[in-house]
Amino acid sequence: MSPDISTRVGQIALERPTMLASGILGISLDVFGRLYKEGAGALVTKSLSKEPWDGYPNPTIIGLKNGYLNAVGLSNPGAPYFAKMLSQNQTIPIIVSLVGSIPEDFTFMIKQFENVKILGYELNLSCPHVEKVGLEVGDDPELVHTIIKSVKKESKVPVLAKVGLGSSDYLETVRTACESGIDGITAINTLRAMAIDVETARPILSHKIGGLSGPPIKPVAVRCVYEISSKFDIPVIGCGGISSWEDAVEFLLAGASAVQIGSAVGEKWTGVFSEINNGISKYMEKKNYGKISEMVGIAKKF
Amino acid sequence: MQKSFDTPKIVTIEKVVDETPTVRTIFFSDEMLSKVLPGQFAMVWIPGINEIPMSVMVSQENGKAAFTVRKHGLATTELFSKKVGDQIGIRGPYGNSFTIKQGNLLLVGGGTGLVPLIRMITFLKKSDNVTLVMGAKTKLEVFFEGLANKLLEGTKHKVIVATEDGSYGEKGLVTDVMTKLFQENKFDAVYTCGPEKMMHKVVQIASENKTHVEASIERMMKCGIGICGSCCFGDVMACKDGTVFDGVTLLANKEFGYTHRSKSGILDNY
Ligand SMILES: Cc1cc2nc3c(=O)[nH]c(=O)nc-3n(C[C@H](O)[C@H](O)[C@H](O)COP(=O)(O)OP(=O)(O)OC[C@H]3O[C@@H](n4cnc5c(N)ncnc54)[C@H](O)[C@@H]3O)c2cc1C
Ligand SMILES: Cc1cc2nc3c(=O)[nH]c(=O)nc-3n(C[C@H](O)[C@H](O)[C@H](O)COP(=O)(O)O)c2cc1C
Ligand code: FES
Repeated sequence: MSPDISTRVGQIALERPTMLASGILGISLDVFGRLYKEGAGALVTKSLSKEPWDGYPNPTIIGLKNGYLNAVGLSNPGAPYFAKMLSQNQTIPIIVSLVGSIPEDFTFMIKQFENVKILGYELNLSCPHVEKVGLEVGDDPELVHTIIKSVKKESKVPVLAKVGLGSSDYLETVRTACESGIDGITAINTLRAMAIDVETARPILSHKIGGLSGPPIKPVAVRCVYEISSKFDIPVIGCGGISSWEDAVEFLLAGASAVQIGSAVGEKWTGVFSEINNGISKYMEKKNYGKISEMVGIAKKF
Repeated sequence: MQKSFDTPKIVTIEKVVDETPTVRTIFFSDEMLSKVLPGQFAMVWIPGINEIPMSVMVSQENGKAAFTVRKHGLATTELFSKKVGDQIGIRGPYGNSFTIKQGNLLLVGGGTGLVPLIRMITFLKKSDNVTLVMGAKTKLEVFFEGLANKLLEGTKHKVIVATEDGSYGEKGLVTDVMTKLFQENKFDAVYTCGPEKMMHKVVQIASENKTHVEASIERMMKCGIGICGSCCFGDVMACKDGTVFDGVTLLANKEFGYTHRSKSGILDNY
């Protein structure tokens, strides 16, 4: 019998452990449908705001020798527009990512999705390149607490918090989130970074500072997943630099119940999900694991 | 492993050619872009302003490439105003390309959509019979007619210009010319690039005549490398799955000819 690669992130059940990370290709239901068919276990939308945002002027995304740098500026069509688009959805497992500054931003957006079929929400407490939202919220424990409290009160589906490395101790953000009733943690977002063109002496991104993603951030992300799952009794989704099944397995062993794939979609295109799923399945067969849960966090026993 | 050409590379403009009062071709040296396939594009960084997608134009010189830009909004106006010695950044090439067929070939284009078609010409065989139909509003806006004839020299070919006001060539739209051509000829393949409404009509006419057709489509592009999703077109990404699609795929895509997305990702009508 081939191994069972379905998994659970708290109350969220997934047919497959590989999810699409927020901000990657996620702006239409047609695309979500395609990626689901091609192997993704769930799709996280772009982070949505109350109103549509155009984002920053280009350059917003560039490739580096290794990895990617982006400061898209959270461009998105806005939660009301998105909710309308998703209202036709019946079968695709979608997690809605939300970004805002105050509790009312989030509760307003959750109202929009009241009658839309989704698996859950992911609160973006970690975007590193937009003022007053993302990491600037994640760095403020008081705000994290009131946002999660009010979101949990409104939401009928599980709520995840996505954390990153800001200017405060991210483990304190996780602690606050857990104490406020969060259902799971996604770690990590991109890491603050920049690139300067030596010929013109200019920062390349229009926003100058952006976020680093892809293979270079993987060891940092693995460390965070390991630390969070060691210190707290909370389901974790691993994200950061995953581009092969070995990368995905590493996150599972560190304590993640599922993984998200971002930059590697650009590199390997939409086949990346089934490639990684198949690799995980073969690994489980070889190691005699019948279920994903049997391998989650086992690196912690050493 | 990722390729290093996803980071902008600075090149210096070596020559500027006026095509019309609002269209210019700017030339620079770059080995990689000098060899791109017809339909491929680059992301062009205008430092301090923006970075925008541009089809790669032929330069007729080894190791050199060019862009042909129409003055439109801020970024294209800045690029249009660049002078010899100014610097821009390039990354790419990106996207797929037209499949090169042989025989009796029809190329239909308008405006800067002619760029990939001109490159296409340089990939065709001496034995092909090429008909290029190019459209413009008025005589002043016609460009590349001489260049197309020159590149096709020594082959069986026809370059037909159509202007909407009849001030030059045939009066009417390129699709009117195309319909007439199909009454008297059989084509082995049709290639098109230009305004989407025009391409939509071209694809319909070719399909009605059971002829293989391909179009290179434009969408809002931020990354150009299949990450951001802004170029989403139905369930495909224009930058990565395209920009070239065949007629069957296009006619099955409900967005083709009707809607495109804004910078925030909202669907707008054409
Ligand atoms: C694959 C591709 C190849 C292209 N090749 C050429 C070419 O060879 N020559 C040429 O003159 N133009 C080309 N364009 C169009 C060109 O990229 C846009 O005209 C330009 O980005 C507009 O920028 P702006 O600041 O001048 O205008 P804005 O005022 O910002 O926008 C004007 C209109 O241009 C379009 N646009 C704006 N930003 C983008 C963007 N980032 N990507 C795509 N469309 C955009 C939108 O429809 C917008 O409504 C190409 C576009 C694509 C997608
Ligand atoms: C272009 C781009 C846009 C992103 N947008 C978002 C976003 O809107 N919300 C969010 O929570 N994370 C966003 N991210 C972060 C990713 O979801 C992910 O956490 C990060 O890229 C690390 O994973 P990776 O190395 O697999 O890309 C974005 C990343 C990229 C590259
Ligand atoms: S432009 Fe970013 S995915 Fe195509």
